[in-house]
Amino acid sequence: MSRTLAGEAMLFVRAARARAYVRIVGSFREPNGLLADAVFPNLGMCAFVMMYRALGAPAYYEALAVIGGILTTYWVNVLWGMGAQFYWEKQAGQLQLYFAAPCSRMAILAGMAAGGLLASMLRSLVGVALAVFVFRVQLEPFSPWHLAAVFFATMAALYTLGMIMASLFLLYGREAWHTCNAFMEPAFFLSGLYFPIRTLGAFGAVAAALLPLTLGVDALRQVLLGVRSPGLMPVRWEFAALCGFAVLYFFVARWSLRHLENLSKREGRLTQRWQ
Amino acid sequence: MSRTPDVQAPAVETRGLERRYPASRGAPEVVALAGVDLRIERGEVFGLLGPNGAGKTTCIKILNTLLFPSGGEARVAGFDVVREAQEVRRRIGLVSGGENSGYGILTVRECLWMFSQFYGVPGAVANPRIDQLLKVVDLADLAHTRINRLSTGQRQRMNFARGFVSDPEILFLDEPTLGMDVNAARMLRDFVLAWVRERAGRTVLLTTHYMAEADQMCDRIAIVDRGRVLACDTPATLRRSVQGGQHVELEVRDGGTDAAALEGAIGVPVAWGAPHPERGTRTLKFRLPEGRVLGQTLRALEERGISVQGVATRETSLEDAFIHIVGRTLDDDAPGGGA
Repeated sequence: MSRTLAGEAMLFVRAARARAYVRIVGSFREPNGLLADAVFPNLGMCAFVMMYRALGAPAYYEALAVIGGILTTYWVNVLWGMGAQFYWEKQAGQLQLYFAAPCSRMAILAGMAAGGLLASMLRSLVGVALAVFVFRVQLEPFSPWHLAAVFFATMAALYTLGMIMASLFLLYGREAWHTCNAFMEPAFFLSGLYFPIRTLGAFGAVAAALLPLTLGVDALRQVLLGVRSPGLMPVRWEFAALCGFAVLYFFVARWSLRHLENLSKREGRLTQRWQ
Repeated sequence: MSRTPDVQAPAVETRGLERRYPASRGAPEVVALAGVDLRIERGEVFGLLGPNGAGKTTCIKILNTLLFPSGGEARVAGFDVVREAQEVRRRIGLVSGGENSGYGILTVRECLWMFSQFYGVPGAVANPRIDQLLKVVDLADLAHTRINRLSTGQRQRMNFARGFVSDPEILFLDEPTLGMDVNAARMLRDFVLAWVRERAGRTVLLTTHYMAEADQMCDRIAIVDRGRVLACDTPATLRRSVQGGQHVELEVRDGGTDAAALEGAIGVPVAWGAPHPERGTRTLKFRLPEGRVLGQTLRALEERGISVQGVATRETSLEDAFIHIVGRTLDDDAPGGGA
């Protein structure tokens, strides 16, 4: 019976690893799914690249659309693979098995996040390969350390936001589903995934900057495109804001999970299917 | 840091356990548990027997820390299910019949491994245990088959094995053999009994719809209905509670006479059993008190236009005791029952 801090930490790691394993195996085990999940979703990004090319837009617009397209991968995974996952688990009657187990709920979510991140990486690598080898999109020389720092800060902010969304599904069913839907297209628009964010104007850009996706897109563009992509604010500020969002969201998710778990147990909705 | 477990504490103890679902959206308040008192000792196989809506699953959910009680108290292994839920979860396992655990993309072995990790079981312990369980549930040959390729029965058996991967102190089996074929159900019942016998202090709380299963497996049975425990004792003592008389089962051809009208006609409580569509008959069950002659009862039925096709008398069964205590069969729905 593991009751020490080390025992608790080991339980967390084991549970997170096991949950991540499902995601990773799920992505690579079915060749059809691989094509559908990793290749076809990049066609939307390709369409934007070709549109900018057809319009004779400056070359950096193509790179801008590629970066946006790659981040779209992760945002979709956060919404439907993280946020909505507990909805599926609940429908299948599996959620109760997680909640009757001694592992931390945060371990399950961390496993879902890590697995989703790794699984989405394949799709984003296909996107990068299409951009570099097919469309010959040009990037500026960049520091891999800056890229890694900004990328992982963005991922941390996005996936901790996904954890908060997941907690909503403990109590709500279809209502939270609509929330996920509501986050989808508006976030695509406000984050300027396929166009320069400054096009939104000063007020729009300030409002958009409240979304971690916007800051991540903007920071990655600044790192990869240099002066060709003037940012909303300096990269280091955006990096700091993303780290801040990640920490804030983590604690909100933890509180939200505990609060909504208790509320759903009180109302009897934790194990209620088909709501 | 957690409290030291009390090894003398009963496996499960509830006092005045209540669970109410408040009225909402036009639906009336539902009282799923209305003051349940239970004490299950370590090493027991204990059955909860009751019709649909009796409150069995609600009780299991509370004991598994998945639902808060509205009143009263529940302890598992000496720990409060609300205030010390984490300590409870370390010691329990749950198997619900008909559940869909695991992910279709995983193999049977991977799925069992995944659940063992949620309980922190080290790989060196989990892997041989999984091998053994796969043999028990007759899935060793399918260990590397994806779950989405299993039949319903095979999946049921995998779910059953899942409940044992953490080797829990207290195992909750909620209709575990639901939908299983006869041989598989028998094999699993034998395994549960051996599991309890071979491991000192292991306890099983079983809910089931199958009387014979409860009779065969359980050391003690609590009969619950409408959120209350109506009786709690060994199966033999419960059977003895139905004293004297003769247990009669008639196969009758009937146009749909209700039980209340029949009771008026023959003067004893009756219950309808399973229909026999191929013969167009149903089974009518009742206990004929001592001193009453069966022939008179048969004539009373014939006078009401009920044609008796066959007669059987037998020893008191657990089902008789159940009908005697609850007032209806296990398959009859409870009016206004809980979850």
